[in-house]
Amino acid sequence: MSAENPVTERIKQDLSSSDVVLYMKGSPVFPQCGFSAAVVQILTMLEIKFKGIDVLTDPSLRDGIKQFSDWPTIPQLYVKGEFVGGCDIVREMYEAGELADLLRAKGILQAA
Amino acid sequence: MAMDAAEIERLIREALPDARVTIDDLRGDGDHYAARVVSASFVGKSRVQQHQMIYQALGGRMGGALHALALQTSAPEDA
Repeated sequence: MSAENPVTERIKQDLSSSDVVLYMKGSPVFPQCGFSAAVVQILTMLEIKFKGIDVLTDPSLRDGIKQFSDWPTIPQLYVKGEFVGGCDIVREMYEAGELADLLRAKGILQAA
Repeated sequence: MAMDAAEIERLIREALPDARVTIDDLRGDGDHYAARVVSASFVGKSRVQQHQMIYQALGGRMGGALHALALQTSAPEDA
């Protein structure tokens, strides 16, 4: 993938400007898909501030983010620029307490 | 647009011959599945990498022909 790809540039910019970024369908307030809503709910329960980016508003972003992470589905959660996973992984990590551990390790969640 | 469970299982087994695959058709509509896959090839891989291996096995159908496949992957306990 070339560095000049404007979508890739935009994704990198979004990821560097916020610690926690969720590419999703719809907005955090009005998710348009159950999987996106589930991740929003988990982040909200952990009281994590995040930036939600609605891929439905931009087809090139919707495809671009899938290529960026080599991941075929939305939602996609990123922490400090690193791809954490989609809905299943985020849910599994949340239930195992691993998501909170990761967020603590990254300095986003205060140590308990 | 829908895919059948046996086809999903076949594609996964083709890529990961040792895999133990359990598939549930969540709504009986051939479009929303949950798969549990246990394979020794997951040893030492992150969850993201494990799921990517399954997506690769499905050859681009995920997100297309296959709308929803909830995945749970793990290495065998004794590996």
